[in-house]
Amino acid sequence: MNTNRKKYDFSVIGTRVPRKDARDKATGAVQYTDDLKMPGMLIGKIKRSPHAHARIHSINTKKAQSHRGVKAVLIGSEAPTAYGIMPQLPTEFALAVDKVRYVGEGVAAVAALDAKSALEALDLIEVEYEPLTAYLTPEEALQDTSIPLHMDNDGKPFRFYEAKQHFGDVNQAFSRSAFILERTFSTQNVNHVFLEPHSALAKFDGAGKLTIWSPTQVPHYLHRTLSLVLDMPMQKIRVILPAVGGGFGGKSEVAASELCAALLARKSGRPVKLTFERDEVFFTNKGRHPMHLKVKIGVDEGGMIQAIDFDTLMDGGAYLGWGIVVMFYCAAMIHLPYRVENLRFHGRRVYTNKPTCGAMRGLGGVQPRFAIESMLDEIALELNIPPYEIRRMNSVESGHTTALNNYVRHAEYKKCLDRVVKRSGFLEKHKKLPFGKGIGLAGGHYSSGTAYTLYLAYKPHSSAIVRVEPESGVSVYCGAAEIGQGSDMVLGMMAAETLGISFEDVQVYSGDTGITPFDLGSFSSRVTVACGQAVKNAATEITKQLFGVAAVALSIQGEQLVARDGKIFSQYEKHKSLDFWDAVKKYIAAYGPLTASGHYTPPRRSAKGKVQGGKIGHSPTYGFTAQVAEVEVDTETGEVRLLKMTESGDCGQAINPMSVEGQVEGSIVMGMGQALFEEMVFKGNSLLNPNLHEYRIPTMMDMPEIDSEIVESYDPESPYGAKECGEGPIQPVIPAILNALYDAIGIRFTELPVTPEKIMAALAGQKKENSIE
Amino acid sequence: MKEVIELIVNGESHEVLVRPNDLLVDVLRDVIHLTGTKKGCGEGDCGACTVLLDGAPALACLTLAISCLGKKIETIEGLSENGKLHPIQETFVEKGAIQCGFCTPGMILSAKALLAKNDNPTNEEIKYGMAGNLCRCTGYKKIIDAVAEAAGRLPQDEH
Repeated sequence: MNTNRKKYDFSVIGTRVPRKDARDKATGAVQYTDDLKMPGMLIGKIKRSPHAHARIHSINTKKAQSHRGVKAVLIGSEAPTAYGIMPQLPTEFALAVDKVRYVGEGVAAVAALDAKSALEALDLIEVEYEPLTAYLTPEEALQDTSIPLHMDNDGKPFRFYEAKQHFGDVNQAFSRSAFILERTFSTQNVNHVFLEPHSALAKFDGAGKLTIWSPTQVPHYLHRTLSLVLDMPMQKIRVILPAVGGGFGGKSEVAASELCAALLARKSGRPVKLTFERDEVFFTNKGRHPMHLKVKIGVDEGGMIQAIDFDTLMDGGAYLGWGIVVMFYCAAMIHLPYRVENLRFHGRRVYTNKPTCGAMRGLGGVQPRFAIESMLDEIALELNIPPYEIRRMNSVESGHTTALNNYVRHAEYKKCLDRVVKRSGFLEKHKKLPFGKGIGLAGGHYSSGTAYTLYLAYKPHSSAIVRVEPESGVSVYCGAAEIGQGSDMVLGMMAAETLGISFEDVQVYSGDTGITPFDLGSFSSRVTVACGQAVKNAATEITKQLFGVAAVALSIQGEQLVARDGKIFSQYEKHKSLDFWDAVKKYIAAYGPLTASGHYTPPRRSAKGKVQGGKIGHSPTYGFTAQVAEVEVDTETGEVRLLKMTESGDCGQAINPMSVEGQVEGSIVMGMGQALFEEMVFKGNSLLNPNLHEYRIPTMMDMPEIDSEIVESYDPESPYGAKECGEGPIQPVIPAILNALYDAIGIRFTELPVTPEKIMAALAGQKKENSIE
Repeated sequence: MKEVIELIVNGESHEVLVRPNDLLVDVLRDVIHLTGTKKGCGEGDCGACTVLLDGAPALACLTLAISCLGKKIETIEGLSENGKLHPIQETFVEKGAIQCGFCTPGMILSAKALLAKNDNPTNEEIKYGMAGNLCRCTGYKKIIDAVAEAAGRLPQDEH
């Protein structure tokens, strides 16, 4: 691993400090939600539908209620308010109301003294269903319109959501293109597979206040939704995050565990904990949307992109979730990292009777990136341009504005391409390896946060408070959700750098709506930039106050002071120095408590003119990445070995390079799983593999050699120059591997995952074709 | 039919009341209150519940508690001594091998069993020895680095 040379003289930023929670995670001392226990606590369980689409005629809970261990039984009609992460189109319920729309949907819940009693009680609940035609593919759902899955807000059938965007003049651009390529692609249903299943513990106190402990990525949206569904004021609800065992987008929506735990706690008057089994995680999956893509790209004779016509048919599953946002993200992702002036997007997200799809790491980007990077490779070969050149010549640079009006204030994408090609030896190896071995290149980008809240509020997206006291130390409060990615560490490092003290001396309090100021949550790679800026602003305010005190104490001008290594001193005469804590004590003695707040609101950019979904996909800044995959295909078995991934990434200044590497390495291995084997498989109405032996994620045995590099980069408008690094790096993985597969065996795969069966079938087809020739 | 049995966990004796079909993972977590052993799948696929039985890695979610009578059970809570981390724990912390941390206890115990058999494993041997432990955050690279580094730091009697 090469890390970048330090451009700025930081003392904390850019260092490889271990995260503070690591020790407790290594000893098993840290507590996740399911580790929590409370006096009088009950265990909640959910009864699930065996039907993919059915009317609920009746639910008889009498026998369950008389079970001696049962304290409360709940059905959907007791919480009939629909909710959704997009408040404009609420479609979901805590438990099904009137109708079920997928196998595994919750229809009733119980709280009992122990898990055994709860499970026995579920069996005693009698549900009378009237099965309806189930639609298992978007095509079926579009063709047969007899039984719509949903009604919209006006009571009309709501079978799919359609989006259209058009920029420039696509037809005219195609007519002047020297070469046009049109291809179709399809992707599969993928699950996040965070290791910690959903869990929630809810408790009402004597004053009627609800506290819920849950591993959510979105404490604020959970807070709002609890208020809506339980019909109680937000001010009477507190959301607390214990340690979170991974999210990847799968905990970025309210889960039934949370709503049912809270409703059962209210009904029983006792604390209730409800933890999902692994199959329940799969049933209530809100993973990556399967997409059927039809893409047309026109280029001039030199390979410059003239136009892209993009059509996607998305299998949305039973409910809306983040679906519409994912679709418009998909539309927005086509505008980068290459310059495209003429662009047409058509998308339909169709309801089907399957688990709902939603947000998963790199949402909206992974599927179009797969298509476009595969096609660029094909176009390059067709025009006899090196794949590296076609990407480089089309790449955006800092200051670029897209047709959608995304503003890229900082980009080092070309540097990523240059570096990755050089480090991997791509130019020397491409097209020159023996049959069965191949090398492939792809690139990508991702946003570092969104421009709007989901309910279009004007308030800051992030707020932070810094409190400095000799007794309690330096405390940073921010509502950010630490989900394992290391946000507490990033915010603590930024505060330490700003205050000129060591990281060890900063304590971060996050993810507690009762004590930490407002933040939207951990999604769309927004935390480092948004929460980072809020924390930096608050800490800067603290140093300003301390400089005022130090200036008088040292008899020098405040603007000549710097804070570093636990001291405040003159940048010109280092001996003119005051200890940080002495300055704090002087300040408090003279003025009282030393606290400051900071906040951050991203630029409210949107598309120019009236564009459907034109507010979605804009970000303060973007991260970039380029990757080279090297593969080996066993032509006897169809097995693919991903030998090596080389990556060069532009994440701005790495706050902690060790953490950046962790994000990149995790993204690469996750992307590899989707490329080669991960798939939720449906047969009839059933999900065949709601477990981790048949839904296989990469193990250590599958992993490639990974050589990642953080390219020298600094976004001057970001807090300490930082940008995202957790979602960009998954974008190029699939096409890099598939481009390498083409280089290895001359076959271009367009359907994921590329299993050994598909490889063998394609090789057999190739052999047949060759023998005919 | 419940029965009182004695389980030896991390060298300490616990008298617990168990049914014949109670799983070790549930007894450890809910009865003995050692929640460091994690439940990621309940079906023996993810390795998060890995504990050591007489030194050998076992999946606590597939192990009946009563079958552990007379065996030495070691959980993640038993590794550090007097607040000092075990070398494998140390290197997991230092090398950035921990993100969400949910797989960490199982990973560390699998690593301990591996290093007890092979005090200087190659990367391939580490991968083979720990393939039963899933991690979705790290991409495994830093975990392998941590295990390799820990091999060099283990006290001789652990080899």
